[in-house]
Amino acid sequence: MFRRLLDAAGGRVRVTINGKPVAARAGDSVAAAMLACGLAHCRTAPVSGQKRAPYCMMGVCFDCLVTVDGIGNRQGCLIEVREGMRIEAQHGRRELQ
Amino acid sequence: MTERAGATNTAYDVAIVGAGPAGLAAAATTAGAGLTTLLLDENPAPGGQVWRAVTTTPVQERRILGEDYWAGAALLAEAKASGAEIVQGATAWSLDAACELAVSCAGASRFIKARRIILATGALERPFPIPGWTLPGVMTAGALQTLLKACALVPEGRLVLAGTGPLLWLLAAQLLRAGGRIEALLDTTPAGNYLRALPHVAAFALSPYFAKGLALKREVARQVRVVRGVTQLCAEGQGQLTHIAYMAGRGGERRVSAEVLALHQGVVPNVNLAMAAGIQHRWHPIQRCWVPVLDAAGNSPIEGIAIAGDGAGIGGALAAEARGRLAGLAAVEAIAPERAARMPGRQLFGPALARAKRGRALLDQLFAPPRWSRLPEGDTIVCRCEEVTAAQVVEAVGVGAIGPNQAKAFLRCGMGPCQGRLCGLTVTELIAKARGVEPAEVGYYRLRPPVKPITLAELAAMAHTQRAVAAVVRQ
Repeated sequence: MFRRLLDAAGGRVRVTINGKPVAARAGDSVAAAMLACGLAHCRTAPVSGQKRAPYCMMGVCFDCLVTVDGIGNRQGCLIEVREGMRIEAQHGRRELQ
Repeated sequence: MTERAGATNTAYDVAIVGAGPAGLAAAATTAGAGLTTLLLDENPAPGGQVWRAVTTTPVQERRILGEDYWAGAALLAEAKASGAEIVQGATAWSLDAACELAVSCAGASRFIKARRIILATGALERPFPIPGWTLPGVMTAGALQTLLKACALVPEGRLVLAGTGPLLWLLAAQLLRAGGRIEALLDTTPAGNYLRALPHVAAFALSPYFAKGLALKREVARQVRVVRGVTQLCAEGQGQLTHIAYMAGRGGERRVSAEVLALHQGVVPNVNLAMAAGIQHRWHPIQRCWVPVLDAAGNSPIEGIAIAGDGAGIGGALAAEARGRLAGLAAVEAIAPERAARMPGRQLFGPALARAKRGRALLDQLFAPPRWSRLPEGDTIVCRCEEVTAAQVVEAVGVGAIGPNQAKAFLRCGMGPCQGRLCGLTVTELIAKARGVEPAEVGYYRLRPPVKPITLAELAAMAHTQRAVAAVVRQ
């Protein structure tokens, strides 16, 4: 869905997205890294279960909520990828454990 | 300059929320005058939306983003050199009348006191509630611009831009310069807007935006199919955007296939923190949004709290910078009047603000969003978080929901994590229409801290007074 400009600056960091290793661009937000690697959605809505993807990319819509390093409901568009980061899509509403 | 995981102190002369044009200008002014200044910003890098990632962007070719973008680097450099403490990744989630902010940074929260607070929380895109706007593949124009500025990412596949307002055309030009392809620009500006804008043309001709705006439109229209008078826009697909349906002219319904749809119909003040602080807002009948009640220097009725930039009313980046300077100056006058006397004052920034606002009336009229794209019907989702539809909101009015706060109780609309940012204006306008009254009479969601979700663990880990602990712990 997105391609990177060929002369784009920036190093690489290794992260996992839904368990798969991904070389993300250092400086990308978690939400951007998910879009850049072709992921079509990052969560399902807690009410209907419909697929959702990042919508505003500026921290106001909360559609990019993901689990980062085991912590749920993080705003993917406001967090930068870091080496070794584990990023997971979030499904529906949370359940009590 | 200091950039670290959190603010170093718990008290400052001035604390500013938001590092866009207004926040940076305010910080440069107050820190430049020797006041201890804290500038908090939620994003990974300063610049706000308009200058997002201006010092860190991976985009190499300067003409892609244009000179107005790169111009932000100068003010950012001034703010950094001023001695202001700039903290990125910091979310302000509460502000009270005693000028105490609660701030979350790197998973920990703390309170910060300041003698003066300047809110520079800027704008967000007006909700664009069309059928299918929650589908993956549908994004805001601002989102695509953020992906380009911060990550050098350009949509691949069939891209359609739809809506009205200067940002749509700027985004189109930037994407084209970056080698992007745009299938169509679906212009929803109603024909009647041109007539209503006509009386303001002379004033706008003197605006700094006049020549730039015309050039931009020409640049885009040369390369992209522009469809005018678009109505009844609709995003379609099963779990992913595949088609866009719309009406234009007499041709009946038209459909185009698309992988990405960028929506935009102007920007509105980001009011959440200011409203939760108790600052009164009024309905702006032309811009159709809530604006805070402020004096000429940007001071709110709450002693010590001022608002600058687009959060004080939409004016654009140049106006935001001027308002930031004025608010900064007012803070210096209040705290260190002897230093304020030696600073370039209102005689400089007042006219700059007037210049930047020149012609705003034309933009307001020309790009006023049409009724159909503000007032959805039927199954169209209004509240994205709780998936509440337009029909449900109207039905709730029928059984006694006289305003947005009752609609919350009936439907949970506005009670998801976005706290009404993506549905509040729509809910107000829908209820006003259903009741046959003005939005001003219907009002808005009552906003309360925390204005952004934080975890219970984060709250529990905050420092508490003995009295607060005694109040809740059973002996």
